[in-house]
Amino acid sequence: MSATGIGAPVRRKEDFRFITGQGQYTDDVTRPGETRAVFVRSPHAHAKIKSIDVGAAKKMPGVIDVLTGAQLATDKIGNLICGWMIHSKDGSPMKMSAHPALAATKVNCVGDAVAVVIAETIAQGKDAAEKVKVDYEVLTAVVDPAKAQAKGAPQIHPDIPNNTIYQWHLGEKKDVDAAFAAAKHVTKLDIVNNRLVPNAMEPRAALADYDAGTDNLTLWNTSQNPHVARLVISAFIGMAPEHKLRVIAPDVGGGFGSKIFIYPEEVVCLWASRRVKRPVKWTSDRSEAFLTDAHGRDHVTHAEMALDANGKILALRARTIANLGAYMSTFSSSVPTYLYATLLSGQYNIPSIYCEVDAVYTNTAPVDAYRGAGRPEATFVVERLVEVAARQMGIDPADLRRRNFITAFPHQTPVIMAYDGGDYNASLKKAMEMADVKGFAKRKREAARNGKLRGMGYSTYIEACGIAPSQAVGSLGAGVGLWESAEVRVNPTGSVEVLTGSHAHGQGHETTFAQLVSERLGIPFENVSIVHGDTDKVQFGMGTYGSRSGAVGMSAIVKALDKIEIKAKKVAAFMLEAAEGDIEFKDGKFTVAGTDKSAAFGDVALNAYIAHKFTGAELEPGLKETSFYDPTNFTFPAGCHICELDVDIETGKVDIVNWTAVDDFGTIINPMIVEGQVHGGIAQGVGQALMEGAYYDAAGQLVTGSMMDYTMPRAHDLPSFHVGLTETKSPSNPLGMKGCGEAGAIASPAAVINAITDAIGTENIAMPATASAVWTALQKLQAPKAA
Amino acid sequence: MYNFTFHRPTTVRQAAGLLARNPDGKLLAGGHSLLPVMKQRLAQPSALVDLSLVEGMTGVELKGRSVVIGAMTRHADVANSQVLKDVMPGLAAVPGSIGDPQVRNRGTIGGSIANNDPNADYPAACLGLGATIITNKRRIAADDFFTGMFSTALEEGEIIVKVSFPVAKKAAYEKFKHPASGFALVGVFVSKRGPDIRVAVTGAGSNGVFRVKSFEEALKKRFSPKSIEGMSIPATGMNADIHASPEYRAHLVAVLARRALAKAND
Amino acid sequence: MAAVSMTVNGKAVTGDVEPRTLLVQFLRENLRLTGTHVGCDTSQCGACIVHIDGIAAKACTTLALQCEGAKITTIEGLAEPGGKLHPMQEAFREHHGLQCGYCTPGMIMSALDIVRRNGNNLDEHTIRDQLDGNICRCTGYHNIVKAIEAGAKAMAK
Ligand SMILES: Cc1cc2nc3c(=O)[nH]c(=O)nc-3n(C[C@H](O)[C@H](O)[C@H](O)COP(=O)(O)OP(=O)(O)OC[C@H]3O[C@@H](n4cnc5c(N)ncnc54)[C@H](O)[C@@H]3O)c2cc1C
Ligand code: FES
Ligand code: FES
Repeated sequence: MSATGIGAPVRRKEDFRFITGQGQYTDDVTRPGETRAVFVRSPHAHAKIKSIDVGAAKKMPGVIDVLTGAQLATDKIGNLICGWMIHSKDGSPMKMSAHPALAATKVNCVGDAVAVVIAETIAQGKDAAEKVKVDYEVLTAVVDPAKAQAKGAPQIHPDIPNNTIYQWHLGEKKDVDAAFAAAKHVTKLDIVNNRLVPNAMEPRAALADYDAGTDNLTLWNTSQNPHVARLVISAFIGMAPEHKLRVIAPDVGGGFGSKIFIYPEEVVCLWASRRVKRPVKWTSDRSEAFLTDAHGRDHVTHAEMALDANGKILALRARTIANLGAYMSTFSSSVPTYLYATLLSGQYNIPSIYCEVDAVYTNTAPVDAYRGAGRPEATFVVERLVEVAARQMGIDPADLRRRNFITAFPHQTPVIMAYDGGDYNASLKKAMEMADVKGFAKRKREAARNGKLRGMGYSTYIEACGIAPSQAVGSLGAGVGLWESAEVRVNPTGSVEVLTGSHAHGQGHETTFAQLVSERLGIPFENVSIVHGDTDKVQFGMGTYGSRSGAVGMSAIVKALDKIEIKAKKVAAFMLEAAEGDIEFKDGKFTVAGTDKSAAFGDVALNAYIAHKFTGAELEPGLKETSFYDPTNFTFPAGCHICELDVDIETGKVDIVNWTAVDDFGTIINPMIVEGQVHGGIAQGVGQALMEGAYYDAAGQLVTGSMMDYTMPRAHDLPSFHVGLTETKSPSNPLGMKGCGEAGAIASPAAVINAITDAIGTENIAMPATASAVWTALQKLQAPKAA
Repeated sequence: MYNFTFHRPTTVRQAAGLLARNPDGKLLAGGHSLLPVMKQRLAQPSALVDLSLVEGMTGVELKGRSVVIGAMTRHADVANSQVLKDVMPGLAAVPGSIGDPQVRNRGTIGGSIANNDPNADYPAACLGLGATIITNKRRIAADDFFTGMFSTALEEGEIIVKVSFPVAKKAAYEKFKHPASGFALVGVFVSKRGPDIRVAVTGAGSNGVFRVKSFEEALKKRFSPKSIEGMSIPATGMNADIHASPEYRAHLVAVLARRALAKAND
Repeated sequence: MAAVSMTVNGKAVTGDVEPRTLLVQFLRENLRLTGTHVGCDTSQCGACIVHIDGIAAKACTTLALQCEGAKITTIEGLAEPGGKLHPMQEAFREHHGLQCGYCTPGMIMSALDIVRRNGNNLDEHTIRDQLDGNICRCTGYHNIVKAIEAGAKAMAK
């Protein structure tokens, strides 16, 4: 392994600009003549708009224009859409409501934008926004999805009865029911997967610049997938033809899913820029972000697991209500369906699985993919059921898992997925060693002496990443293909640019992708640069989410590099006056087999461009190749996380004392970056389990609307983590990579809750398990004594 | 934020004059309660009178049997004051537990007390020690000063200049942090100064900081956690929100009081 | 409008601002020093931390006019003029103490203040405790803690 090649913990190229304050995030970009957009938002969760009077606002100092939804409609700016079609059990298509970027007749959640002020400064914009008079007729709101489905519930969108978007199912109900009827043991759980606010630290922002001379629009925005944004804004919203719209996602300060989606604000900025003929910038306040960024999770599930007398799992069934909020966000429909139910087999050989999902509108912020998207929800269901079943049956939880692990591959689950490889015993074993499970009983006794209840919880998770084979997702309703593209541009001096459709917002692609190229071409790491996030530079690409940039994005680079090698060999053959078939390429050198005649990569690059050694008829000059890689399967990262924690008996406060994570991500390009991804994922999962939760009151007001009320994990809430790896290569892509971006967030909530319930001796506790909630649970367990 | 005019007086008298001339004006100390509220456009002062250049408003001094703290003394400076750590470390712990280091670097005792946030820490110390709030007009006993959430005995234009804390032989503060904001979900200050025993609670009560007379009574026999073992306070009148039920807050008051007593006796 | 003057990263600067201008706005918009970030509107995330007269403060909760005559240091002012990184910056890179980089300037400015207050030998508990005013959504803090420990040590050299 070279110091900068595959597998090396290379320090990141991108860091210099960030640690010196020279990153260029969207809000850092300015354009001459820039104006600021301030949105007027609904204070009501559900109301009819009787009238909007912008007269007074328009007269305020610094105001350039005030625009409303009526003008948006006149200008024929289309609605936002959800791009994944789900069909209900009865075959009917999902019911997608209209979602205008500015509400004109009705608002459906607090924060719904009804007008926008374009002003010289933000402060002036805010002053004016207060003068926009909106006359609302307030309607009854509904925030609970079960209530939203009930008879007599407020109707949020016309023509969508019971506020129900779809009633979907997966699996064979008959088989499952039969298995349950014959089972020796059945474990049942009611689970709420709490609603989360993604809170990437960089708030969303958009800067639109209309060039009247060329009729071109440019949009800088906080996007994980600028090409998809351009496609949707062009093809569905009708803002401008694709070739007249450039989308740039510069440095992006974290996404976690929330910056995949197309949002009203960027649409409005583009439209407003064309109307006022000046650049228009909007930067979200954090309180706006709480109201308008797509939230995550929010499932209510009843789940059951059937087992035989030996603890062999026979079947699993789950019924889930998914709250999708007031509108269907870009990929929201896929999260509680194909990203969720398809993972309900976990790491286990479960013969039958049946899952029913109702997706429901409520008067709350839209819900869409958030780190893990569907897979954390599935893992939580499976891992809680397994743990509780083990305790109920008096079987050691690790043992029950082992009895049910899938050990032969490929393995077809009853819920679509075909697992292609893994070794679940290996990660469990290693994690148990690292966590010193043997010494746990002793540590528990010691903790008890200090008034603490110690608990341990496992989570042996699996996820489907490397999203995803286009044909497969197409057949499941996706509106796009999920391949990735790469262009490798070798310059005449031998340095290389890689243009990738993946987008980095913390993942370190500029480093890992360069490691791949450096190793493969045998050129210095410094001579490779990665270009991403600009639709004018990069050929089409699908962006970064679903832990796909390694398995899919890098595979595309590998394919392009293959083509580069083929072409370069042709050039080398002319240079070395040998047959193309005799040229070998190794360590950056082209050699004629069996001779000492060779040419360095740089010389070959130069010759490709000067084209002195071959005629145009023989070979095209230049050295640049493009490839589009479509994966053949999902990848299946899996592993085992073990959480050990103390519960303070007097206050219910939970302290995590030890965290062990052993993950199988296949091939690792840069272990330093991979570990960082695991750490961050665990922190978000622990956040979900212990402290985070978005709450609406009955009137639809977000009670947790700022970081004063919504608990963000801080340094002192978390321990240092012990991270280990096992490795089975993914057979489904050339590098054998599986993906590591979401594992921590997927695995950890179940490990925490399994540990708390172990500590206090109860079956179930809802997330977030705050001190108050744990103490309340302890009270119900009638004053337990430390063991 | 709405716009305002900005003034930087150098004496208390000038500051008072500026307030008199700007009836809708407000004093600005560390700004760590006022500016966040103004940023949310929930306050609209016509003028801000910045006290940071006013002379004689900072410092921690031992005067006889009292510690006197200038109103503009930053939380960090009080927490780190050697004078205070020597005579009454239990009081130094109060600003030491406020918010985060950056908040402690800017926020002041005068601002905190004038603001009387129901979850703030200093009010518990003031009440728990029987402090005297000294303004440009008069001296106000802590027992009379805090009159309910965000409300105090301060009159229009009145400026806190100093706060005087009697030195108690035993004093300690225990705080259970609100998980999101870092303020006190519940905070309990206990002290014993001769026969004067005080137990003051912040964060828990729906009407701001209060004393727990039943605990104080029980502690008269012996100032020890044992004396209040098994005692509790009723959950009625406790705050209720998503982070803690009234029952839980009431329970924490007893737990933290015992812990503070143990610390005070250490 | 009001005139304001201060020293930022060693340079004297002046501006004509509305009194309601926050220090962070003055730095970002007037001086185009965009390394200081804004991550919240409730003074809680620490993305905006700068040093005012050598002491860490949240630039989102400070008016520019409150800094009249003050010496301000921002993330842009840490590296030596020749480009040599400050040991704390170097430590963040070496220990992978950042991912998206958005919280990083505030983290580094806060880290330096931890060293000012607690010295160069920091343990994990102290660092985690003293990072209370900084939120990072990416790293889970693990590597930030390591970076600060190492950076503090390196500063002693
Ligand atoms: C993120 C964050 C976390 C915090 N956490 C905590 C916490 O855990 N515990 C806690 O107790 N506090 C906390 N605070 C509040 C903090 O302690 C404030 O600094 C304090 O409450 C107000 O002090 P200040 O000097 O900043 O006052 P300012 O904000 O300047 O003023 C507050 C009010 O007091 C008035 N005032 C100021 N000085 C005087 C005076 N001398 N005489 C009369 N009136 C005056 C002002 O006009 C204003 O109405 C937190 C704040 C933030 C931003
Ligand atoms: S932006 Fe200053 S604390 Fe968040
Ligand atoms: S590195 Fe992204 S928020 Fe800290």
